[in-house]
Amino acid sequence: MMQTSPEIGGMGHSVKRKEDARFIQGKGTYVDDVHLPGMVYGHVVRSPYGHARLKSINIEAAMKVPGALAVITGADLAAANLAWMPTLFHDKQMVLATGKVLFQAQEVAFAVATEQYAAADMAELVEVEYEELPVLVDPHKALDADAPILREDREEKSNHIFHWEVGDRHETQKAIQGGPVTAKVDAVFQRCHPAPLETCGCVADFNKVTGKLTIWLTSQAPHAHRTLFALVGGIPEQNIRVISPDIGGGFGNKVPIYPGYVCAVVASLTLGRPVKWIESRSENLQSTGFARDYHMTAEIAAERDGTVKALRVKTLADHGAFNAAAQPSKFPAGLFSICTGSYDFPKAFCEVDGVYTNKAPGGIAYRCSFRVTEAAYLIERAMDVLAYELKMDPAALRLKNFIPPDKFPYQCPLGWTYDSGNYPAAMNLALKMAGYDELRKEQAEKRKKGELMGIGISSFTEIVGAGPAHTFDIVGIKMFDSCEIRIHPTGKAIARLGTKSQGQGHETTFPQIIAQELGIPQQDIVLEEGDTDTAPYGLGTYASRSTPVAGGATAMASRKIRDKARKIAAHLLEVSEEDLEWEPGKFFVKGAPSKAKTIQEIAFAAYTNLPAGMEAGLEAVHYYDPPNLTFPFGTYICVVDIDKGTGEVKVRRFIAVDDCGNIINPMIVEGQIHGGLTEGLAIAFMQLIGYDESGNVQGGNFMDYLLPTAVETPNWETGKTCTPSPHHPIGAKGVGESPNVGSPAAFVNAVVDALSHLGVRHIDMPVTSWKVWQILQQHGIA
Amino acid sequence: MAKTHHIHIRLNGVEKEADVAPRLLLIHFIRDVAGQTGTHLGCDTTSCGACTVLLDGRPIKSCTFFAVQADGREIRTVEGLASDGKLHPIQEGFHQEHGLQCGFCTPGMMLSAVALLEKNPNPTEAEIRWGISGNLCRCTGYQNIVKAVQHAAAKMQKGVSA
Repeated sequence: MMQTSPEIGGMGHSVKRKEDARFIQGKGTYVDDVHLPGMVYGHVVRSPYGHARLKSINIEAAMKVPGALAVITGADLAAANLAWMPTLFHDKQMVLATGKVLFQAQEVAFAVATEQYAAADMAELVEVEYEELPVLVDPHKALDADAPILREDREEKSNHIFHWEVGDRHETQKAIQGGPVTAKVDAVFQRCHPAPLETCGCVADFNKVTGKLTIWLTSQAPHAHRTLFALVGGIPEQNIRVISPDIGGGFGNKVPIYPGYVCAVVASLTLGRPVKWIESRSENLQSTGFARDYHMTAEIAAERDGTVKALRVKTLADHGAFNAAAQPSKFPAGLFSICTGSYDFPKAFCEVDGVYTNKAPGGIAYRCSFRVTEAAYLIERAMDVLAYELKMDPAALRLKNFIPPDKFPYQCPLGWTYDSGNYPAAMNLALKMAGYDELRKEQAEKRKKGELMGIGISSFTEIVGAGPAHTFDIVGIKMFDSCEIRIHPTGKAIARLGTKSQGQGHETTFPQIIAQELGIPQQDIVLEEGDTDTAPYGLGTYASRSTPVAGGATAMASRKIRDKARKIAAHLLEVSEEDLEWEPGKFFVKGAPSKAKTIQEIAFAAYTNLPAGMEAGLEAVHYYDPPNLTFPFGTYICVVDIDKGTGEVKVRRFIAVDDCGNIINPMIVEGQIHGGLTEGLAIAFMQLIGYDESGNVQGGNFMDYLLPTAVETPNWETGKTCTPSPHHPIGAKGVGESPNVGSPAAFVNAVVDALSHLGVRHIDMPVTSWKVWQILQQHGIA
Repeated sequence: MAKTHHIHIRLNGVEKEADVAPRLLLIHFIRDVAGQTGTHLGCDTTSCGACTVLLDGRPIKSCTFFAVQADGREIRTVEGLASDGKLHPIQEGFHQEHGLQCGFCTPGMMLSAVALLEKNPNPTEAEIRWGISGNLCRCTGYQNIVKAVQHAAAKMQKGVSA
């Protein structure tokens, strides 16, 4: 790819971010900053029980609070046929409870008042009578004969949601039985939560005069949300405007539609006033989209020399009370079948069963392309267990089994076609950066002295950029994305996309793609997203899809503009189109580079001096349907030291080599990697949305659900290799989630490695000091 | 409603007065009464630090502080960092070193950093990390925030010597 000048600032330049100016001066507009005349406030009344029959709701006392306007209940919504709403995955979910509640913190009523504090007072005073029912929290008991049936609304009287399988069951079983070496690991990827620093919320503003409903919404997918509001609420789609303003982090949490949004909309429709609803942190952690909760078993069969023969994976998926997984409609377990990872398995089989429990609904793609995180964690843990069985170095085992670089595009046994990869290159760079051999020597010496040091490796493969229209849709809407570019007469431009940044820096990076393609300086290009009245339709930002999909759209729209620009340039230079050559920023006559027209001159001519018969203007829109997914990858190496007395694990070093193809902005990519690794650290060591036997949430605030501070977080050592995607217009692959997908296994592998000489083969996350200390106690060490 | 209190708060150098309920939180005074929305609410439990402001120069978390407690005192928020149209060195540092992504924690993070640098103009990396440890960032992994604070420290030192 041709490097543009710093003035143009195309791909590969670490351009400083345009969005920073407002954020560092306190001038961002997050949803809670939206303040409209006459605005009133909503507060959700929530269930204290995990499973209970709803006997009665008394709103009398609540309505006596000064400023009280309304209390909406499930019965009110039922009258309007809105008590239930569809989830993003072939199920439905209660907006406000009718009949019974199915998880703690479930939405039961919505109080509205003129003041925020009054609405909270009202919620306290809504009297709800419950009759407790037996609670089901353990997914392994969901299918027992004596398990309470949670979903009375369904025809099937069972807590089983789905069975899904892919691969060759019979051949895989044969291979596993044949050994000669097998390795098995049971691993739980625990229930965790994206916990962006800004919680979810909205301001719903129905204008009774114009009939227009405007919703400011913490939405990663504003266009899809508009369509869903139209389909479910019966409001004509042209009368709904969703505005996703500045978003304080999303990480998948802001993909679904939550009951609070619907309640605010209903309240605004009823009252004819703007209604603001912002959830508290506890509401966010207890009721909105959790992630993972996969209970997995992996078995590998291998030859004695370490060559892998087959992989079998069996998983129980806890989906909570409603199946609200945010994932493509043909994939009940998302893209979990990427579980063969970076390795050349001749045979594989994967099956997943989903069950209901009395827990919050979700199963969202938390910084994750639909369960690839669970898959990457499982295979990278299983490879380490195999290495112990074989008494082989985990790096050597991986190098032996990597899909060879000359085998791409690679057809994996579970159906995916990997676009490109060079796994040994990333691994070898990571080993070199780490000084791997020296580390192993140090570890051996420390072990002799009784000190605990571990080295963990994870060589993950990602699957992102959903996705090709033939296979990928969410509630029927194909997973394309879009870009519209308009070049103004002075050569400046505005671009609008169907995606929505939540911190990824789209206002900076997408103009860089246009700068690369058209040679217009990136600072001359404004980017807008998130307003459904102005931006072209797209499926939004999650699952690392913005660059692979909307990035493709941006390049293609730019190229349409360049095609027209060529015609105008030929007209201006009085030559034929074939006589022109392009370099970023201008067309010139072959062999006569001084005879040239800049893109700015061409833009002016598009409005002032056109060839006969040509339409005026210089603009294009492109809806990009990717031909395949992209497959970023990398190798991470983690070095830990463990305090024998306390079980405390200290991450001494972490080396992250990522390959995300061609890079748009190296500074932003590195920032994404730092952030994703820190989220991986949190999951590996700290985070769990746990439930006690009665269904009480045990990770419902930031004192119980821990986020790492600057003190626990190490300095990350990053490196990169570059294997462009062969099918992507700019050879890019996407990066946002890679560090969160690849890192948990590296952390856990490092801790297990430190304890492997004691026979430890697996520790479930979060790997707390308490768990490690117990292991040390068992072995008489602590 | 219960009786109100008449309070005066000097907010970013400007006197603000209002009749407020005794339970009104300082963050809501700043955001809703004074209309300065740069200070954010992230957790309600003094954990995340998004709501950090300076009270007479000391960082506090305004989500668990009553507005009446700030009566007669001076509050500084992100809106009070730049002066005469010139960014504060900490703002420059965050921009230059890519110390922010979604921007939600940034105002509180910058104020904790300013309080640190006013007390300790030349902090070590460990002192910076401890100095901002009451502020959670979900996006950056802190590494570039540390660099941003170092950037500001260098710039402020230069300002002093110049």
